[in-house]
Amino acid sequence: MSWHRKHLLDIESLSAEEITTVLDTAREFKAVGERDIKKVPALQGKTVVNFFVEPSTRTRVSFELSAKRLSADIINFSADASSFQKGECLKDTARTLEALNADVIVIRHKAAGAPHFLARFLNAHVVNAGDGAHEHPTQALLDVFTIREKKRLIEGLNVTILGDILYSRVARSNIWALRKLGANVTLCGPSTLVPRVFEQMGCRVTYDLDEALASADVINLLRIQHERQRKTMFPSIGEYASLFGLTRARLARTKPDALIMHPGPMNRGVEIESEIADGDRAVILEQVTNGIAVRMSVLYLVNGGKAEDL
Amino acid sequence: MRDRVAFFMPEARTVMEADAIVRAWRRVAHEIAEAHAEGGTVILVGIQRGGVPLAQLLGETLGGIFGHEVAVGSVEPGLHRDDLSQRGMSELLPTELPGDIADKVIVLVDDVLSTGRTVRASIDALLGFGRPRCIRLAVLIDRGHRELPVRPDFVGKNLPTHSAERVEVRFDKSSAPQSVIIETP
Repeated sequence: MSWHRKHLLDIESLSAEEITTVLDTAREFKAVGERDIKKVPALQGKTVVNFFVEPSTRTRVSFELSAKRLSADIINFSADASSFQKGECLKDTARTLEALNADVIVIRHKAAGAPHFLARFLNAHVVNAGDGAHEHPTQALLDVFTIREKKRLIEGLNVTILGDILYSRVARSNIWALRKLGANVTLCGPSTLVPRVFEQMGCRVTYDLDEALASADVINLLRIQHERQRKTMFPSIGEYASLFGLTRARLARTKPDALIMHPGPMNRGVEIESEIADGDRAVILEQVTNGIAVRMSVLYLVNGGKAEDL
Repeated sequence: MRDRVAFFMPEARTVMEADAIVRAWRRVAHEIAEAHAEGGTVILVGIQRGGVPLAQLLGETLGGIFGHEVAVGSVEPGLHRDDLSQRGMSELLPTELPGDIADKVIVLVDDVLSTGRTVRASIDALLGFGRPRCIRLAVLIDRGHRELPVRPDFVGKNLPTHSAERVEVRFDKSSAPQSVIIETP
């Protein structure tokens, strides 16, 4: 088994072996989730804090359930109700959480690098649940877990990520994970949201949607992150939907076994047509189920990890 | 510590060869058959990882004695261990049970019994799946040093050891038991 890390901060610094260890461990946790008794005592007596400084429901709930299935105690700490309103800085808030003897701090923050910053001075294990437009490692891990489950092997697969790449931490983490596991990654979307600079991460960038879809074994659709965009990067939602939305007509021209993925929350009628989201090619709900197994795996593994040089 | 290991190479000696293991294990199969002659469905559950090939082997012999196939499964104790924070997380292997275990006679199978903590964890893992009629324990080697009140029902060989020694059952590529080794540090 290849995992010795104390934290999960990003995918970029992980090796292919470490990613595979998370996925293999998650496979056993998925089996736990399918039993009558879905709880194991592995993290009994541990305290996990969900420290969410940016709104999120699904990731928070997923971590919450994961911690509970491992028998850890979990408390939620969200920004709207917190001392940030009263002017406390991130470092002080985090140290306060640690003073409560938290063993794991799961952090979501709008600033890229916030988890790395905390990991430098906290004794607790830090898990990144999304930092700005930087990374969302557990989302990428659950995406590759789902792909591997459906396609068996990631290596050699053609994965097309479609939509808002520029502002997407999901895209960045996915690109790292997929590239490390040997997939070919194609990025497509409006040129304002898919800059050529992503080619430096080993991806192919194209603005020809039909071409990007034709060879894809996996199509991962991303939501337009309105909340992160300073100004409108394309003329209108309607235009985006007609140029880059996945419609039934476009789906008909893809490989018949291509998987349709979406990290959620999805905007029906924008990036994905409603019928496709409910169709049998979509694995969107399986991604949610797998998210719990993968997050259990991450919480389990980091708890056994020791400090490394940051 | 690391330096010391490099200077003092552990000495390994073989205490059981393949044929002796097979003989002892066949006797264990007969003892299980005798103890459970009056029915109740027996399920053999190997403890990951060394117990799994031994449970398979036991299942074949026991199937011959009973005249019908004996169900064999596996259990991963990792998530139920009490020393996770001391030893770190271990690799998780599949827990696969052949159907419902409620009201069945479960024979837990492991290669080496020592402190009893792995057995305790395995029992807890099993009880998450249902309430068996009873759980028995069959081990190839009982090396002593118990730390919990755990007692095997069927033993291949009692092997008195020093606590610093390491006992290992080795398997060949086809998962057939090859030898029992004692390593002295």
